[in-house]
Amino acid sequence: MSELLATVAEPAPPSGGGRRTARYLGSKLGDGLVSLFLVAVLGFFLFRVMPGDPVRTMTRGAPVSEQQIAALRERFGLDQPVWKQFLDFLGNLLRGDLGTSYTYSRPVGELILERIGPTVLLVGTATGIAVLLGLWMGARAAWRHGGAFDKTSTSIALTLWSVPTFWLGLIVLMVFGVGVGVIPGLFPVGGISSPDLPAGLLPQILDVAHHLVLPVLTMVAVIYAEYLMVMRSSLLEEMGEDYLTTARAKGLREDLVRRRHAVPNALLPTVTLIFLRLGLVVAGAITVETVFSWPGLGLLTYEALRVPDLPLLQGIFIVLAGSVVVMNVLADVLHRVLDPRVRES
Amino acid sequence: MGRRLAALWAVLLVGLLAPMPASAQDDGARPEGATLRIGLQQQIDSLNPFLGYSLAASDILRVIYPTLTTYSPEDFSVKPELAEGWTSSPDKLTWTFHIRPGVKWSDGQPVTAHDAAYTFNRMMTDPAASTANGNFVKNFDTVTAPDDATLVIRTKTPQATMLAIDAPIVPEHVWSKIADVANFANDQMPVVGSGPFTLTGYRAERDVTLTANPNFWRGPPKVAKLQFVQYKNSDAAVQALRKGDVDVVQKLTPAQFNALAGKADIKQVRGHGRRFFELVLNPGATNSENQPIGTGNPALKDVRVRQAIDRAIDKNVLVDRVLGGYGQAGGGYLPPIFHDFHWTPPKPRTFDPAAANRMLDEAGYARGADGIRRTPQGEPLNLKFVLHGGESYDAQVGEFVKRWLADLAINVELQPVSDNQLNDRTTAGDFDMVISGWSANPDPDYVLRLQTCGARPDPNGGGNVDSYLCDQQYDDLYHRQLAEFDPAKRVELVKQAQARFYDQATGLILFYQNSLEAYRADRFSGFTRQPKTDGVVVAQQGYWGYYGAQPTEAAMSGSSGTDYTSVALVLGGVVVFVGAAVTLVVARRRATADFRE
Repeated sequence: MSELLATVAEPAPPSGGGRRTARYLGSKLGDGLVSLFLVAVLGFFLFRVMPGDPVRTMTRGAPVSEQQIAALRERFGLDQPVWKQFLDFLGNLLRGDLGTSYTYSRPVGELILERIGPTVLLVGTATGIAVLLGLWMGARAAWRHGGAFDKTSTSIALTLWSVPTFWLGLIVLMVFGVGVGVIPGLFPVGGISSPDLPAGLLPQILDVAHHLVLPVLTMVAVIYAEYLMVMRSSLLEEMGEDYLTTARAKGLREDLVRRRHAVPNALLPTVTLIFLRLGLVVAGAITVETVFSWPGLGLLTYEALRVPDLPLLQGIFIVLAGSVVVMNVLADVLHRVLDPRVRES
Repeated sequence: MGRRLAALWAVLLVGLLAPMPASAQDDGARPEGATLRIGLQQQIDSLNPFLGYSLAASDILRVIYPTLTTYSPEDFSVKPELAEGWTSSPDKLTWTFHIRPGVKWSDGQPVTAHDAAYTFNRMMTDPAASTANGNFVKNFDTVTAPDDATLVIRTKTPQATMLAIDAPIVPEHVWSKIADVANFANDQMPVVGSGPFTLTGYRAERDVTLTANPNFWRGPPKVAKLQFVQYKNSDAAVQALRKGDVDVVQKLTPAQFNALAGKADIKQVRGHGRRFFELVLNPGATNSENQPIGTGNPALKDVRVRQAIDRAIDKNVLVDRVLGGYGQAGGGYLPPIFHDFHWTPPKPRTFDPAAANRMLDEAGYARGADGIRRTPQGEPLNLKFVLHGGESYDAQVGEFVKRWLADLAINVELQPVSDNQLNDRTTAGDFDMVISGWSANPDPDYVLRLQTCGARPDPNGGGNVDSYLCDQQYDDLYHRQLAEFDPAKRVELVKQAQARFYDQATGLILFYQNSLEAYRADRFSGFTRQPKTDGVVVAQQGYWGYYGAQPTEAAMSGSSGTDYTSVALVLGGVVVFVGAAVTLVVARRRATADFRE
């Protein structure tokens, strides 16, 4: 029997699979590159159609003369025709130069790089915890669906999901940052580290971790519901399947049936979701970063929008949209690795 | 899987919570002397004194770099600073400043007239260097330093604002090496300055640290360090003050200010603000070549209509309801914080809807069949009121004004738009009514100029336009005050200009907002207010507030607002509790699993 199966499997030569994989990867990468180019074009024109003269808005309220405004406009290339600005922009982009920010008078790439670390730290930690928490609770809720755990965990998650992030952040800040009643104020109310940095690497890491608690807590509370719900519904779908009955018939412990058989299959749709979300989380952190004065990309975006700081907005847009494109490609590839059915098609 | 997850969760929790005791040790001991921490809510655009023009940046640059003259904390009168004296030629075109001897930069080099001459010349010749303060040197012809102690400035035309040159002076030996001012961040520590504090640390979007300058010519400040900590959310800043993470917060809303009343250790400061809040009525906008532009309702060209609208607005209600009582009803153009120049209308147009209605009837704006008034040409008085969409003050003022004008049978359509669109529409004259407002300086020249014919946009749309007033009489008064060197006579001319502006009613000054601040009285005292009795503590025209601050015993001994021992205990408790819960769950699960098997 096993011999027969082996011969049936034989005709598909490994090299052919490799070529198909390469072609698949190539087409996905190509799609990604086209998307990235469109992102760049869109990024340029999107911010040109925004109403308003950025130089005039920047200097509103400050005592400036017409000559100063003209000099600023010249410095930022705003006196050039739009097509010329676009060509310059594309040329610079290919060289990795995102332009100079109006407000900070510094290279946009440098500003974004500076802020990416804190955002990745915040969003990465929060997403990691939310994924673990959501998947774990979702799996448990589905396994004994209709039970007390299912009902309470689902309703708590959905309530937190629908609460406005800004409001939740402020409540968290007041309760755990300042303290209410018997709860003492345990955590800093803003920033990424103390103004007086403690000496030594370890205390510095601990200081940042201390500042990280409240924003992460807020973010996890808001986003874990999504993972919980997807995991729950996905596992529910698997639960009627025959292979689970087979596994049980083999005499496997219920615990093992769930962990070894049901959950891995139910994970497929959630993996895609996680990757798609990873591309978007940076943008999603704007509110949390604003509440907790976290010096990340979200805050930078918020400030850039207020001016508006065109090169900075363009740069952030390209980086964010680019990360979504990259994560999409990664999700596709990973899906193919995890799910044989995708490979077949 | 569940067990592993639980274990991981526990590890993560412990990892996140454990730092407390460690960082507590570092946090508890403040450096010797006391650090004054100010919660900052605006953005610092640049610490380069030639580029930084945001309010936050100029507030910080003021304590680092010297200026020729400064404003007294008592009454905004001009005081000697780096220049200990000055003379001017009879034609008022040549000004000679005598530089104070013995002042040193923080690197030990002397501060001389050459530094000042270098700074002004750089602003006059390098466009990037004129970004922040270029308007001060616009009328300069030449600036020279014949010797270390003498600075000579020749201007093209006489100007009365020569003693209000509020531009930071930089050390020539440092800045002459910098070729590209536009891209210089000025964040290589320590930054060379000569003010009461020296810049020693800057982390963008986080904080700025300044250290007391022991060689400051007025004597070292009483606080050892000054720290500006960024808060992007004003509620967080207030909470930080309550907690003791910062010592001073500013720009409080009335609600936040009220919530701090009666709190032990916190002192509220209600100061006069520098801003006026203005309702502009489009008087028939024209550009600098006198061509009519925009879409203003022709009825507003009639000064009687504009004055009638003013009489229908109850400014006291606005102060009570919109500002929560923290402000003064508007009158003259310049805010009351500037006692000298502030002018109160002797015959104010007080709130009187009946009189306003009569004025419109007499002027020939009769009600139409639909109840809305018509111009004599038959056009309805439907007014577009453009507001800042993101400002709650604008939204509230808009609602009140709409209701009041409805009593005059004038229909108001509220159009909240983005700041950008508002600027665009103002510059294009595309509005009937628009909200405006400016921060006035101790020298009123800049805001007065906004109402001259010269401030109107050029045909390409440039210009810092405000109310499109273009009135010969006002312009005469404006030019006369600029050329008047007798302070008392200049004050008189400025007041006459404000009276003319009030008569024309193109810009209705609705109110002057108070500046609400609070500080930790348990840690600091002696903040110098500017002006003395009813002024502000931070963001002054000068460095007086920070310079005068005196740490209390508590601040000197380094006790901070947070009790870290209890924090560590509580956190330890939480960790133990979570750990126990996790262990319990895991154990139970294992037990049931065994049972099932």
